[in-house]
Amino acid sequence: MIVGLNHYLAVSAILFSLGLVCLLVRRDALLILMGLEMNLNAANLALVAFSRFGRGASGQVMTFFVIAIAAAEVAIGLAIVVALYRKRKSVNLDDFRTLRN
Amino acid sequence: MPTIEQLTWILLFAPCAAVAGILLFTRRSPSVSAAVSIGAVLLSFAAAVKLFLTVAGGVALVIPPHIWLSIGPLVVEWGAVVDRLSVLMLLVVTGVGAAIQIYSLGYMKGDPGVSRYFAYMSLFTFSMLGVVMAPNFIQMFMFWELVGVSSYLLIGFWYDRPAAAAAGQKAFIVNRIGDAGLILGILTIWACAGTFDFARLATTWQGLGLGATTLAAAAALVFCGAAGKSAQLPLHVWLPDAMEGPTPVSALIHAATMVAAGVYMLCRVAWLIEASPAVMTAIAWVGGLTALMAALIAVTQTDIKRVLAYSTLSQLGYMMLAVGLGGSTEAMFHLTTHAFFKALLFLSAGSVILALHHEQDIWKMGGLWKRMPLTFLAFLVGTLALGGIWPLSGFYSKDEILVLAMEHNRALLGIGLVTALLTAFYMGRVLFVVFFGGARDQRLTGHVGESPAVVTLPLVFLAVLSVVGGWQAAVPHFLSPAYHAGTLSDKVMAGFLAVPVFGFMLAWRVYGKAPADDAELRRMLGPCYRVMEGKFYFDELYAWLVDTVQDGIAGLCENFDRWIIRGLAVGSITGTMRALGWVVRVVQSGNLRFYIFVTGAGVVALLVWMMAGGR
Repeated sequence: MIVGLNHYLAVSAILFSLGLVCLLVRRDALLILMGLEMNLNAANLALVAFSRFGRGASGQVMTFFVIAIAAAEVAIGLAIVVALYRKRKSVNLDDFRTLRN
Repeated sequence: MPTIEQLTWILLFAPCAAVAGILLFTRRSPSVSAAVSIGAVLLSFAAAVKLFLTVAGGVALVIPPHIWLSIGPLVVEWGAVVDRLSVLMLLVVTGVGAAIQIYSLGYMKGDPGVSRYFAYMSLFTFSMLGVVMAPNFIQMFMFWELVGVSSYLLIGFWYDRPAAAAAGQKAFIVNRIGDAGLILGILTIWACAGTFDFARLATTWQGLGLGATTLAAAAALVFCGAAGKSAQLPLHVWLPDAMEGPTPVSALIHAATMVAAGVYMLCRVAWLIEASPAVMTAIAWVGGLTALMAALIAVTQTDIKRVLAYSTLSQLGYMMLAVGLGGSTEAMFHLTTHAFFKALLFLSAGSVILALHHEQDIWKMGGLWKRMPLTFLAFLVGTLALGGIWPLSGFYSKDEILVLAMEHNRALLGIGLVTALLTAFYMGRVLFVVFFGGARDQRLTGHVGESPAVVTLPLVFLAVLSVVGGWQAAVPHFLSPAYHAGTLSDKVMAGFLAVPVFGFMLAWRVYGKAPADDAELRRMLGPCYRVMEGKFYFDELYAWLVDTVQDGIAGLCENFDRWIIRGLAVGSITGTMRALGWVVRVVQSGNLRFYIFVTGAGVVALLVWMMAGGR
């Protein structure tokens, strides 16, 4: 079996969907951050696959940006989660609805 | 020796420097402030004398103007005009001003605001000199407004008295009404002629070929400003109330100089009003009616300063009458002599008021001539001069105006003669009630004495001027060398003299027996007395106008604003936005996962749509 572009894209799509489901069904802020990472990495996979099968390296360059941004996002996101926990003794997102309306 | 140009600027800016010096450095020490202010005005006086001698010697003085502002066709210059007209006025302002400031030393003694007082006095002197020397409309208007400000400050000098504060505001607001007309007039003239300069306008204005309506509008609008400042009908209501200020202020500003500024300006722009005969007639009638009405009111007033205030109105009416009949020279003549004798009257009244610890009701005074002989003599000289008794100055200057009226308009001559009669009557009334008879209030006047020399010396100075001011018609001859006094037959002279004599005799007949109150006059005049005492109800009329008309319009505007602008126009926009916000707010649940779901669903929907071939 020859592994082609569509296989990569399928894996990427599955990974993205898993991440999305994780975002939707989980209430724990940490797990939501993990789901977010899965989404980002699914996108990375797709970008690298396009770069590999297409022409040029722009997809790979984009991937590095995404990785860098993901690292920054995790740093900030985890900090927020820690701050929230200190304030409310909880990381359940259903407890944080003060921005309603 | 400074040049003429330097002298001019010293004359103008010495009082200005005094203001700055007092406000910045010497506020704490009243005597130094007074010295600075009086020194400045004396310096100005000396410069004015020098300029006067130069001009009288026939040397034409031209101070070349500097360009101050130049915006396209709008060119505003800065300069000074020193001619016969202005130099005479400069002498009056600085000379009478110096006498009054020295008098103030005695009058304001012990007042906590002496420094402030002298700063304001210097500010006034500076602005008044600026008005006199202004060679163009813009410069004149600037100083004109400064005069208004200093008048406001000085009327409200005792600002802790509600009446004084209100009077200051009234003066300022009524003057604003006139000045609105003045600035419109100035702009009209500029729009027509393209310049503000008096000298240039004087030669070109008649030749511009403007329509009669334009000429009349320009002249009438400028006259509005003069009517406000010189307190002519119907803008006269502020002047009597302005008597709330200290008496020297009333003498300087509201008798001798500032109120004469309107007359002076009209003399300065004689070319403007002479271009419109209709406006000239209107000015003459406004002046005549003001003179008559003010004299009628003065007959019934009981406050010594208010009698003098209405008398001032009346005499300003005479000046306007002269201006309206084309007699600028006669008007300036009467302005000059009036400045002398009215300042004298106010200052002697102030001397009485000072001695009686600020009692101003004439019916509480009486028999003062024995106790204050010098003040009495000064008041007597002033009264006779104002009444127009030969050979005092008032006789000559008033005669010139009456002769002018006799030549041009018999109806106005009648008004002038009736006013002259009334003038003699009400001045006789004050004189007899205040200085003759016995003391009405022994406790008040029982042990008063003559005022100190610093008060009486200026009285003597002004009394001498009041006597000789009309001598050989020197003032009109100086103003226009071609002038020759009206050739009067002795019969007419005697007639003009008989009128005030009759007025004084009438006053003696009513008040010579030292009555306790005004019952006899009240009985003689009947209901007229109440109307005159009520000042012809002008204040009530204006109050009614403001209360009903202005408040009505204001209410209408407020309702328009509230219901149409705020309710309909603004309300519909905010209402739409508010409703929209109310709908959209439902989506903002605060549940993070719901947001993610909506986002994801949106992406999916977009994908489906694209794959289905949407564009």
